[in-house]
Amino acid sequence: MSFDYDKWIRPGKLPHIWCPGCGHGIVMKGLIRALDTLQLKKEETAIVSGIGCASRLPGYMDCCTLHTAHGRAAAFATGVKMAKPEMNVILCGGDGDGTAIGGNHFIHACRRNIDMTYIIMNNMIYGMTGGQFSPCTPTGDKASTTPYGNPDPGFDIAKLAIGAGASFVARGTAFHANQIDKLIVEAIQHKGFSVVEILDDCPTTYGRRNKYKSVIEMMNRLKDVAVPVKAAEKMDPEQLKGKILTGVLHKQDKPEYCEQYAKVIERAKGTAR
Amino acid sequence: MAKKVAFMQGNEAAAHGALYAGCTFFAGYPITPSTEVAEVMSAELPKIGGKFIQMEDEIGAMAALIGGALTGAKALTSTSGPGLSLKQENIGYACITEVPCVIVNVMRGGPSTGMPTGPSQSDIMCAKWGTHGDHPAICLVPASVQELFEETVRAFNLAEKYRTPVMIMPDEIVAHMRERIVFPEPGELEVIDRAKPTVTPDKYKPYDTSFGDVPPLAAFGSGYKFHVTGLNKMADGFPTTKAEYVQAEEERQVRKVEANAADIMKWEEYLIDDAEVVVVAFGSTSRSARFAVDEARKAGIKAGLFRLITFWPFPEQRLLEISKKVKGFISPEMNLGMCAGVIKGCIEGNAPVLGIFRVDGEPINPGQILDKIKEVK
Ligand SMILES: Cc1ncc(C[n+]2csc(CCOP(=O)(O)OP(=O)(O)O)c2C)c(N)n1
Ligand code: SF4
Repeated sequence: MSFDYDKWIRPGKLPHIWCPGCGHGIVMKGLIRALDTLQLKKEETAIVSGIGCASRLPGYMDCCTLHTAHGRAAAFATGVKMAKPEMNVILCGGDGDGTAIGGNHFIHACRRNIDMTYIIMNNMIYGMTGGQFSPCTPTGDKASTTPYGNPDPGFDIAKLAIGAGASFVARGTAFHANQIDKLIVEAIQHKGFSVVEILDDCPTTYGRRNKYKSVIEMMNRLKDVAVPVKAAEKMDPEQLKGKILTGVLHKQDKPEYCEQYAKVIERAKGTAR
Repeated sequence: MAKKVAFMQGNEAAAHGALYAGCTFFAGYPITPSTEVAEVMSAELPKIGGKFIQMEDEIGAMAALIGGALTGAKALTSTSGPGLSLKQENIGYACITEVPCVIVNVMRGGPSTGMPTGPSQSDIMCAKWGTHGDHPAICLVPASVQELFEETVRAFNLAEKYRTPVMIMPDEIVAHMRERIVFPEPGELEVIDRAKPTVTPDKYKPYDTSFGDVPPLAAFGSGYKFHVTGLNKMADGFPTTKAEYVQAEEERQVRKVEANAADIMKWEEYLIDDAEVVVVAFGSTSRSARFAVDEARKAGIKAGLFRLITFWPFPEQRLLEISKKVKGFISPEMNLGMCAGVIKGCIEGNAPVLGIFRVDGEPINPGQILDKIKEVK
């Protein structure tokens, strides 16, 4: 029997707002499969997002869901997790939301290494506001605010996360749909701040302005640029040019924030040795 | 047994007031002259198993505050002018999502960093108009260390009772001065907790108005699952753009505070009955004003003091009544006339409003107020 996604979807809340061909739906299905694999309790799972097309995801999910302000998901989620560490806290949002307006909250959530999983849907554009360039738009590409080509250099979200202190960082793509749930499962199981970047597509505001004539072309690009980390080990720099590594990129044991704070409580109560 | 007495700063008293009210969560970002609130909370909260977190900025602090409050915690942040500006978007978010929380904003000089340690009373308009859209505003303006403690307890009560952010805004003088404070015993001051749902989780709607203008709020992680969004929403919390829902919900959010203004508003009248000149003042300025009123009485002038304890909702009706019997009002304030403007707006031109407006970082002294009282003919 095929997988039943409905049991995780809020009754009556579909259809979703996403355009045909948008990768966000593929990510949501991956998340649902991951939650189902882990058998997380809906009442004890908070899904928190910012603002943008990607950030509409929690509204469809039958959990405790929090659709916050643009860029602030990590900060709201930090409050939830800090106040109630028993909750499973999952964050999601777009690349613009997470790395531009939300950049500061993102790096500090990484630094604290608070036990949450942040799924960043990187479609390299501001979808919801109509295709303005984001910090992840490739240099030279067209966006509604870079009609002559984007002069800005882009962010590498995974490197940013690793540099800022996240203890688990993975990357997948919307093309490699079957991998998404596995990466999310591992991210949720990891104790600490986990980042799962999913390269996805926005055919409506990015694809049309750039070289992609169809959703299929956009998906094919994701297929072509992705190289699993294992495979990359055997490739030389020339072969890796223009490629993007996928899989688990970084995993490290590190003190987790809520556990550290529990020690603060012990010390304050005078029970620590 | 004798009550616990201490000699402490206003900011410290605010923190202790929060703890008395049952606050278990603090998220903040340091800014003078409010830092002592955070410092006391960082020391006291872990002793009771509560949580303190210093966030990366005020935007993050306000966001974390709302996240914490949604898990059922009574949540506090503290800040000052520029920090309040940064918090505003998320304060608006807390208004529309109806999440109780308390913001101590210590008013200091100037806009932006202005005069970091100089006193002012210039954030009162931010408290009402700072965030976008129509939203409820509750703002308390205590005048002593004791009152800062007690009003902080009340701020939590109002936040919980009306499911909304509440601001408590001491000016820098009240926040930093040291005074004797008598701690109320547990149980002596009323402590209100938010209404929790009585329906089963499958029936729960976070904005179900069949429970009145302030629907019960479940906590994340308590067995209830629901959706919270800053978009205009329906009873179940889900977004809507349907005109009738949007209009009704926005009106309800404002109404739940305005229709209960009598319960929220608090002020003190001193020698008002026969007064011909009424000084309207709040915070540290009201202390100078009281002294000036006493001096005026000694000099045979019928002066009185109307001391605001809540700034928002503003006691418009009472001031309108008083305006029918007096020759004039004096509004001494550490800004360029914000309170005077609000008074003028509600007294329908019945009496002149004379201002003493100082923004030079110096307190307004009794002599200045007395001189102004003498000007009213
Ligand atoms: C403070 C603030 N600034 C700007 C906006 C407008 N805004 C809404 S969504 C968005 C971009 C979202 O882009 P991204 O996070 O990449 O998600 P996508 O829509 O591409 O999925 C912006 C700029 C806003 N809502 N709030
Ligand atoms: S605009 Fe782009 S990101 Fe938004 S739903 Fe459409 S395809 Fe997806």
